[in-house]
Amino acid sequence: MKIMKTVTLVLLIMFAACKDKPEREDRKQANTITPTEKISDMSIYNLPSVWTDRNGKKVELKELKGNVLVMVMFYTSCKIACPRLVADMRNIEKQVAQEDRGKVKFILISIDPETDTPERLKAFAKENLMDSDQWVFLRGSEEDTREFAAVLAVSYKRISPMDFSHSNIISVFNRGGELAYQQEGLGVNNKNTVDRILELVDTD
Amino acid sequence: MSIIIKRSLLLLLVLPCITLTAQGEQQMAKVKGGVYVPLYGNDITAVRVDDFYLDLYPVTNSDYLAFVKEHAEWKKSLVKGLFADGNYLRNWVSDTDLGEKVVPDAPVTNVSWFAAKSYCECQGKRLPTMDEWEFAAMADETAADARKKKDYNKYILGWYEAPRTYKNPVGSTFKNYWGIYDLHGLVWEWTSDFNSVLLSGESRKGNDEDANLFCGAAAVGATDLMNYAAFMRYAFRASIKANYNVQNLGFRCAVDGNKKSNTYKVALDATK
Repeated sequence: MKIMKTVTLVLLIMFAACKDKPEREDRKQANTITPTEKISDMSIYNLPSVWTDRNGKKVELKELKGNVLVMVMFYTSCKIACPRLVADMRNIEKQVAQEDRGKVKFILISIDPETDTPERLKAFAKENLMDSDQWVFLRGSEEDTREFAAVLAVSYKRISPMDFSHSNIISVFNRGGELAYQQEGLGVNNKNTVDRILELVDTD
Repeated sequence: MSIIIKRSLLLLLVLPCITLTAQGEQQMAKVKGGVYVPLYGNDITAVRVDDFYLDLYPVTNSDYLAFVKEHAEWKKSLVKGLFADGNYLRNWVSDTDLGEKVVPDAPVTNVSWFAAKSYCECQGKRLPTMDEWEFAAMADETAADARKKKDYNKYILGWYEAPRTYKNPVGSTFKNYWGIYDLHGLVWEWTSDFNSVLLSGESRKGNDEDANLFCGAAAVGATDLMNYAAFMRYAFRASIKANYNVQNLGFRCAVDGNKKSNTYKVALDATK
């Protein structure tokens, strides 16, 4: 009887582990970094999460390595703060000189991955004239999204089926994926953020 | 397929956490879900909590030591700054030595959210959500929701003022209505969505939260004591970051009640 119980236990634990398995494999891969592309302890490229972009393509954060990243968390059905956050992002993008834009990626991560399918993100990008390559829209699992928000110190909570309350923070990462600057609030002066981005673009 | 083959196959699949599971397996209690009105946060309305299982005790130093031995990336000398700042396991003498001052049976503290999350995942569990934790923690010895009882609130607030309770062994406070120990009285605990608290007026809703905050903080009376105790927890959650390691902050793990109810009933029976 005891053996039966143990077997059942192992079986059941295994089901739980099974679910996690692909993720664990990803984690392993993410940790296999050759010395030449070594990243620092504070780099977001240590995160193993896998995301989907607006074209339905799987994206690992570390694929963005080498770019200066400007990131914001948002959701497409947001009517109040996000349009202003998105406007801030476009405003920042405009101030980055044409020749530097190739070295900067502007990243919008959905906090409502259930609603924000790749199709929806794509439509949103088009509508908001953010359709070029430097704009990256990402969605991931609820859990990975929560984790990424934790990294950015962004708080969010679903307050109704359609709405979230969330922090309005734009984060800038250096080429190695380390957090370099955060701009908090809506419609604030973007000058410091832009200066920091340009500085980071010039740093190798 | 014979049981033996099945079993060895399973063992292969769970290899990364297998020894840990044997050591760290902890009894869980089932918490019957329901609807409750959180005391703080952005919800003014009732929230539905589904059935779930919660560890009977906070994870202890010795539990965590076993985990660290299996998962070298969580040793204090190896952990990445992104996942845990310099205070990680700061009271431990070395990577695998608790030292004289750290009580093995006391809750592990100075662990980051990432570390706590990883520990639970490795056991096929997860961190409880804030609503789950608050729901289970409304109980005293006899009632599922004791929040309106004066003694319950006095006890919690008394504890908030007591020094160094993180050094007491798990199980040394009361067993609540659900059979769970130490939700109040030893350490504060991480929740999976601790970063869903918006108290600083930074949210879309403008300064509503601040208004709430001041209303609660300024109030005195029976229900206000209860609001105050809860407010302390929510404010604390809003003030920490995921890679922080705090002296009086530990954790315990949870499992969905509906998906795996049979699983953990078995686990519970087997360990009894």
